[in-house]
Amino acid sequence: MKSAALDRREFFRQSGALVVGFTLASAGLAQQLAPRPQLPGSLNNNRMLDGWLRINADGTVTVFTGKVELGQGILTALAQIAAEELDIAYERVEMISADTSRSPDEGMTAGSQSVENSGTALRFAAAEAHEMLLQLAAARLGVPAGKLAVSDGTVSAGAMQATYWELVKSVDLKREATARARPKSPASHRIVGKSIKRRDIPNKVSGAAAYVQDIRLPGMLFGRVVRPSAPGSRLENCDEAAVRAMPGVVAVVRDGSFLAVAAEREEQAIKAANALRTSAKWTAGIALPPQGSALFEHLQKLPARDSVVNSKVGAPSAGGPVTTIEAKYTRPYQCHASIGPSCAVAQVKDGKLTVWTHSQGVYPLRQHLARVMRMSEASIIAVHVEGSGCYGHNGADDVACDASLVARATGGRPVKLQWMREDEFGWEPYGSAMVMKLQARVDASGQVVDWQHETWSHPHSTRPGGAGSNLLAGWDIANPVPMGAPINGAQPAGAADRNAVPLYVFPNQRIILHYLPEMPLRTSALRTLGAYANVFALESFIDELAVAANADPVEFRLRHMKDPRARAVIEAAAGKAGWQAGRKGDGARGRGIGFAQYKNLAAYVAVVADVEVDRRTGNVRVVKTVGAVDAGLIINPDGVVNQIEGGIIQSTSWSLKESVRYDERRVQTRSWADYPILTFSEVPAVDVVLLNRPEERSLGTGEGSQGPTVAAIANAIANATGTRLRDLPFTRDKVKAALV
Amino acid sequence: MATSITVNGRTHSVEAAADTPLLYVLRNDLELNGAKYGCGFAQCGACTVVIEGKPVRSCVTPVSAVAGKAITTIEGLGSNGAPHPLQKAFIEEQAAQCGYCANGMIMTAKIFLDKNPRPTEAQIKKALGANYCRCGTHNRIVRAVQRAAKEVA
Repeated sequence: MKSAALDRREFFRQSGALVVGFTLASAGLAQQLAPRPQLPGSLNNNRMLDGWLRINADGTVTVFTGKVELGQGILTALAQIAAEELDIAYERVEMISADTSRSPDEGMTAGSQSVENSGTALRFAAAEAHEMLLQLAAARLGVPAGKLAVSDGTVSAGAMQATYWELVKSVDLKREATARARPKSPASHRIVGKSIKRRDIPNKVSGAAAYVQDIRLPGMLFGRVVRPSAPGSRLENCDEAAVRAMPGVVAVVRDGSFLAVAAEREEQAIKAANALRTSAKWTAGIALPPQGSALFEHLQKLPARDSVVNSKVGAPSAGGPVTTIEAKYTRPYQCHASIGPSCAVAQVKDGKLTVWTHSQGVYPLRQHLARVMRMSEASIIAVHVEGSGCYGHNGADDVACDASLVARATGGRPVKLQWMREDEFGWEPYGSAMVMKLQARVDASGQVVDWQHETWSHPHSTRPGGAGSNLLAGWDIANPVPMGAPINGAQPAGAADRNAVPLYVFPNQRIILHYLPEMPLRTSALRTLGAYANVFALESFIDELAVAANADPVEFRLRHMKDPRARAVIEAAAGKAGWQAGRKGDGARGRGIGFAQYKNLAAYVAVVADVEVDRRTGNVRVVKTVGAVDAGLIINPDGVVNQIEGGIIQSTSWSLKESVRYDERRVQTRSWADYPILTFSEVPAVDVVLLNRPEERSLGTGEGSQGPTVAAIANAIANATGTRLRDLPFTRDKVKAALV
Repeated sequence: MATSITVNGRTHSVEAAADTPLLYVLRNDLELNGAKYGCGFAQCGACTVVIEGKPVRSCVTPVSAVAGKAITTIEGLGSNGAPHPLQKAFIEEQAAQCGYCANGMIMTAKIFLDKNPRPTEAQIKKALGANYCRCGTHNRIVRAVQRAAKEVA
């Protein structure tokens, strides 16, 4: 009897013969079927060298990336990488980012992956172009390539010279990358590792065009959208005719429950939208979840897809008494709360749609737009232009769809459509409310012998991409394209369960996710996905265990941590902050630490926070923070500091102040008055320590400090007051109530 | 209705309803990008311009109310090629991520520094207290204002 393995070999032998047959018939198909070597970073999916860079005869280099500038400085960092490998001055590099007509498809700019994926691709593509240019110069000059020197694109051997700008005529980058040219060693870096100033800032501080909001096209109209009165409500009727007669109104678009206007002037569009809203009658919509602490009981009762995302069964404890500890932590729905509401410009002309958008993923957006607009993807161009900071999936994609639907009704005239503040707060997808229940046993020697972490959460990515349409208007139009079933990203990065798996070494552990696919309040990616809440819970709980074990929180962490890079950032943060082991708070002032390696894959970050708690008012002030970061090879040190610092401050705001307000049917967060964020006088001092490891690959930092910060604050409050707060945010009312 | 407004030293006649927020006239009629729409409720500060020496939220200021008054926008402070000390300081300190709030920060700081050329950190924070930044660049913004103060002094 043949074994299964033999059967399989036989099958492959036969199908191999089939491939040969196809090769004869079609080289193209054979190429698709033949195994292709794995290329580094995003080169693997975008394999042509000229898809990444073009060397121009005029002495410039054009670099293409599928990643987008979100204010995180990525285009500067990527330009540094390209200039470094090409041996040219940084100033020669022009960056072209995410544009479905000319850039690589790198999916989303998300997950702190741009330096890791796009940067790696560019490093290898530029190194290969550099090698090709050098070989050509060697042939021209009659000198071995190894004897050539390159300075800013000029290749020389003694007095003989050739420049890239001449050589490029004979170099064909229209070929597949091999990734065989070795990138420079970090020791020889001149541009990478320098705090080069961001290329986008001068325009942003001078009023030069910098944002999609600044686009002006000939004949452009202004659009506004009228969203339903509540989630799930449908349009019954409205007075379109009256609105059409208003000054400047060019179009009233009513398609099912999608309502919008276009007008000659922006203020006319706003007035028309307001009139349309006033006249519109809607059905009641769906029931929203309970508010306050009842929300979390409710989440734990919802239909869930349960899975054990990680488990480890090791040796039982050596014996002796063990203490069992349990705690439950919660996090409410929270907003991205971009300062500038989402905006897009769209034009439909000659059967083609062009949309200028601050979407984080122009290719996935195009795919879903095509479904809603009933157009082919080939007839749509989506071009990224910067918007206000998004911190994840805000209204960017939705507004691009709104603008496109309106642009279909304006006879070819382009439409700029910006959401109003209340549209953004009311309709952006929120960061999911979450419940984390932790349980652990600690033995008499103060070792954790087992650990269990359960997370209840709605989805953290309902972005465009995948099945259906993840665009608001797509669900409202008469012939709707419903949302695809949300999928939770798999471990090790995870999504709802991101960073729920501890990096600490425990002999036994079990991490369980209760995934709640139904979401009356739409949820999606908010900076760090589930990691902010999971790290809050995990790192608070570690402190609770340390207290139970009568151990210092830093020492207790190190006791359970093997990863030397994790240990180093914890020690660096504690060292810089002047951590004193075992120091107790004085009732009002205290100090805490939090640690995470974001996604258990990206940058290692530890944060120490000093807080002052006003026991009378319940006000918590985060006075000072220290962040220590290991991001491997650092491309732009100040860029990393800016991201870590910004993350610490934003996380402080989330943690002290932020939650979405809603009632039985409607979201009540409509303006900044309903959604206070941290202001200048409340912002902590931030000190960031970089542990540069040029020999290690670069690790993403954009989301690295969010989780450690909330944990450090929670632990500092507990250290200060002796009272453990487990429900975010730590508002005055809640703190006051807890301290009574 | 035509309204005559003076922006950055130049007088313009604009055809807009009297209650049109100045913000839209600046952005759409005069094609000035600096002032930004953030909230429409005078809460966030992104739309700040200077009128007769005072920081004003242009999103809630009707154009008819500013006819004949001297309006300064960030474009009037300096340009990419010839930046004002505050603009230069924001670049030096890399005091932005998305930068959408930068206009309001700079315009508010401009008037503040005119009156308080040697401010303390606490005074700067107080002066910018009603301007929102979401990226968390507050400390860089404070350093930029301090740097500009030194340069001007």
